Amino acid sequence: MTTINITFNGEARQVPGGCTLAELLETSGQPAASFASAVNGEFVARDARAQTLLAEGDAVFTFQAITGG
Amino acid sequence: MTTPTLSSFAAPRKGAQTPSGGLAGTDTFHIAGVELTSRFFLGTASYPSPQVLQQAIAASGAQVVTVGLKRQLAAGGGTQNDFFQLIRDSGARLLPNTAGCRSAREAITLSQMARELFGTNWIKLEVVGDEHTLQPDPFELVTAAAELVRDGFEVFPYCTDDLVSCQRLLDAGCRILMPWGAPIGSGQGLVNPYALRTLRARLPGVPLIVDAGIGSPADAVQAMELGYDAVLLNSAVAHARDPVQMARAFKLGIESGRLAYGAGIMAQQDMAVASTPVTGRPFIL
Repeated sequence: MTTINITFNGEARQVPGGCTLAELLETSGQPAASFASAVNGEFVARDARAQTLLAEGDAVFTFQAITGG
Repeated sequence: MTTPTLSSFAAPRKGAQTPSGGLAGTDTFHIAGVELTSRFFLGTASYPSPQVLQQAIAASGAQVVTVGLKRQLAAGGGTQNDFFQLIRDSGARLLPNTAGCRSAREAITLSQMARELFGTNWIKLEVVGDEHTLQPDPFELVTAAAELVRDGFEVFPYCTDDLVSCQRLLDAGCRILMPWGAPIGSGQGLVNPYALRTLRARLPGVPLIVDAGIGSPADAVQAMELGYDAVLLNSAVAHARDPVQMARAFKLGIESGRLAYGAGIMAQQDMAVASTPVTGRPFIL
């Protein structure tokens, strides 16, 4: 099985080829609605995660709600 | 003879709502189609505990509170669920910010995330152009604002007090402006009242909110006396020795300043003007 190299919140990861964003995010163990996601600096809506295929070199980031000024 | 003074700028705008009903809070205004009775927008960062934050929100009477987003760590830690749940429970309307963004592209992405995460199309648009002053970048701000407005956002731009860049933000579709009083977290108050007066005079129909730099309730009073529609602050309350008491102090100051604006502040005079009516000179024999 082929693998691809990506980064997830700055950390290098190897994931199976054909892995979707939703599958990657499930590994974090967090409820899907508790964070927002972006791939290569572009927002990916919650509904689109399952259709978003990860590619070699992708940088995935997730963001959570915090206090703010 | 009277000379143009702060008071002549501060006279209520034609058609402006005049506060009434004392401090009972019957003074209402509209932001982005939402009716509000509090002119105090409160930031939620840097409080000593979730409980103090909760009490400060209650003491402030704020109906709008700002929140933020943070990139998660690889380890997935660092959550602020205690704080955030209390903010949600306060019932205040959320105004997410794009703090930390350095480009329009970053701010647009973060805004889209905020809309999904917080379930609101309101966004406090922050794009910093200078690391030392955290001064907003007017060019990136206009670029981001135009795209976000097209995408259905209600953009609250945190901007400088420069009139022309404010006009460009309005051209981009913003319906509200949030000029700074002073750099974020500096507590310097309104460092350029002339520029803020000019904005108020030149943009009479636009909701204007002084955001950032407020240090004491006196600064908030000044902003409201200038005819500003509301005040947004965070550090001045969160960093007070007693944030809850300070939240109430600001609440009263903002109400007081608004009432004074509506009442019409007397014109300053160069010389004394006797306030006690006298007939003749009774004590000179």
